[in-house]
Amino acid sequence: MKRSVAVWAVSCLAALCAPAVVHAFCGFYVSKADTKLFNKASQVVLVRDGDRTVITMVNDFKGDPREFAVVIPVPTFIEREQIHVTNQAVVDHLDAYTAPRLVEYYDPDPCVKRQRFTWPAQGAVGDRAAGTAMSEARESALGISVEARYTVGEYDIVILSAKQSDGLETWLRENDYRIPNGASRVLASYIKQGTRFFVARVNLEEQSALGFTYLRPLQIAFESPKFMLPIRLGTVNADGPQELFVYTLTRTGRVETTNYRTVRLPTGHELPELVEAEFSNFYRDMFARQVDKENKRAVFLEYAWDMNWCDPCAADPLSVAELRELGVFWVKDGNRFGPKGAARDVFVTRLHVRYDAEHFPEDLVFQETGDRGNFQGRYVLRRAWKGNTDCASGQEYLHQLRKRQIDEAERLASLTGWSLNEILDRIELADAAEPTPWWKKIWGEERD
Amino acid sequence: MTPQTQAPTRFPGSMARSAPARGVGGAAVPAGSRPGWRHLARRLDPRLYQIVALAGLLGYGSWKLGFDTSLPIMLLILAAALATQHACTHLWKLPAFEPRSALISALSLCLLLRTNDPRWAVVAAIVAVASKFVLRVDGKHVFNPTNFGLVVLMLLTDAVWVSPGQWGNAAFFGFLLACLGGMVVHRSSRSDVTWSFLLFYGAVLLGRSLWLGEPWAIPLHCLQNGALLLFAFFMISDPRTTPDSRLGRIVYALVVALGAGFVHFVLFENNGLLWSLVACAPLVPLINRVLPGTQYQWSAARAACPRVRSARRSWSAKLGTWMAGLRKAALEQGVLR
Repeated sequence: MKRSVAVWAVSCLAALCAPAVVHAFCGFYVSKADTKLFNKASQVVLVRDGDRTVITMVNDFKGDPREFAVVIPVPTFIEREQIHVTNQAVVDHLDAYTAPRLVEYYDPDPCVKRQRFTWPAQGAVGDRAAGTAMSEARESALGISVEARYTVGEYDIVILSAKQSDGLETWLRENDYRIPNGASRVLASYIKQGTRFFVARVNLEEQSALGFTYLRPLQIAFESPKFMLPIRLGTVNADGPQELFVYTLTRTGRVETTNYRTVRLPTGHELPELVEAEFSNFYRDMFARQVDKENKRAVFLEYAWDMNWCDPCAADPLSVAELRELGVFWVKDGNRFGPKGAARDVFVTRLHVRYDAEHFPEDLVFQETGDRGNFQGRYVLRRAWKGNTDCASGQEYLHQLRKRQIDEAERLASLTGWSLNEILDRIELADAAEPTPWWKKIWGEERD
Repeated sequence: MTPQTQAPTRFPGSMARSAPARGVGGAAVPAGSRPGWRHLARRLDPRLYQIVALAGLLGYGSWKLGFDTSLPIMLLILAAALATQHACTHLWKLPAFEPRSALISALSLCLLLRTNDPRWAVVAAIVAVASKFVLRVDGKHVFNPTNFGLVVLMLLTDAVWVSPGQWGNAAFFGFLLACLGGMVVHRSSRSDVTWSFLLFYGAVLLGRSLWLGEPWAIPLHCLQNGALLLFAFFMISDPRTTPDSRLGRIVYALVVALGAGFVHFVLFENNGLLWSLVACAPLVPLINRVLPGTQYQWSAARAACPRVRSARRSWSAKLGTWMAGLRKAALEQGVLR
């Protein structure tokens, strides 16, 4: 039985809240926009220091596990100990920690004097039963070398090298991987660069024995000067653009792409209170609008922060144990000088890209910068004062509130493309009396 | 970037052989040709055009593309570069303070250098401008100041980086226009190095993609990069740090292009253009010995002026003759007495 193609997608969700050293008050956390908002979203965690890389790959494959397989170009030979299967929860935690967030402030009583606030892969399909044991003679004839076979967790893994793409394509087809048309050409360019292929699919017996009902993230550790993510295989015959979320955990600072623009998403905007109930819709529409605005050619920065803290926190920073599980090899247990449970010397960057072959012809190439400035996708609700406004400053407050509500509606319409009139219809504007004409304040009221 | 140099007449070793009277572009103007806007454009120091072009690109990048830089950092770079130029002018006892080349170096650093630490921005500007005075061979500075400042700082600290992806592709056409406009006015005899570099580097990219069987979209995407154009039009074309002979410049462009390809595709390092140019710059004195030519001088570039002045005289002479003829006709008609 041939299996259908399992497409990986990586998806995701960033504002200049405060300089790196200032623990600024960035509002009370209300809710977040995590990767689950986006369909076919793939997530990749890249841990990088020097030439050492640990990659964790998560996909949202929801079909029959027999239908699942991945083919990933890797720059070096991979030994058994370089492969690991981790728990989905740790990536979910990283997703929650870095997700764009909605925060709120409450307006104070206007009548009281106050102080000022200050790597994704192309899925393939195959029948496990059919042809996994290829004869060496056949492999040799195809120019294929099966360099290693491993079973790690619930996955059967093969490390392949090839001399020509036709042979690799034939081998994959003979082993019941359905390779999309056009993949051969992409495979050929990787082969000429000396790339090996990491091919994995699910071992149902192992999965059953382990008792997992979902596919856990695969991890690979390797050493290579290449700091990149191959996305070209995923764009072959893809059904529309794909969502990819890349989290990088580094030591020096923020990570950006060098062959595409890295753009900061709009952040720090005050929005109408109605956004609270529709934060997911707001974020999806705003992201789509920003993608179009950048001609679909940009990678978006959603979060960049020192892993030691957050403000406000959509989730706690990852523990040392969690970071080590993700492959952050330089952190050690028992940091004596850090706050309890804190991970030191880790900077997290969250990038979100919506890509297709037309607008992203090249693989993503990254560089680590020296920028340790904090950035987060943060959207603000300012709750209006609901109490007594029966005083002179109260009327002034209502005028300002009304003006602010209209500004917020216009901003929401501008960010998302939603109809301004519809937004205004849904907002309960402050009931402010006509303001006193300025001239009445000059001489005061005179009696006839 | 390009003409980051000063041409003080008494700067030790900077007295160059006087170049033949040529236009800014280096091309002799036919005798008796009429002065027009082209002549006016040629009379301008090409460095002034570069300052305007670089400032325009910086404004565009900061407001439209959201460069990761800030006004205070930019002002610090500008101030530090001009102050260094001023200090070096006194130290080397030069006759006059020449701000133009320092301004070009500073604007180029603003476009390329990224850091959150203002101290490193200042150090970069000082290193860049001071390198013109300190690192000299045969009366010319060896390194393009901006290139040298960036590379030294990237080697010194992780707090400084260059973002080659900051231009994207949407800005490509506007940027190309600015660069080509610069070429029209500049018309430097060094434009050959720009074109030959683009040709060789394009050949490296296209050849690699052809070999790998990649779609044309990949090398075209690499070529439509603002950072590449900025490098080709404003940095490698620096007349004072390129070989004197045309053949030498073409050989130089080839070596820099191959070096950039090596850094990018073999060492897998970013900013291959910057690393390659700084590594190849010391070859220039060697190339000049093997393939000698006329050393470039900004003063020579302005040798167009005598030509234009003679043209001006010609215009005034014609005007005088015309006025005399008019007066004579008026006298004959009895209009004037």
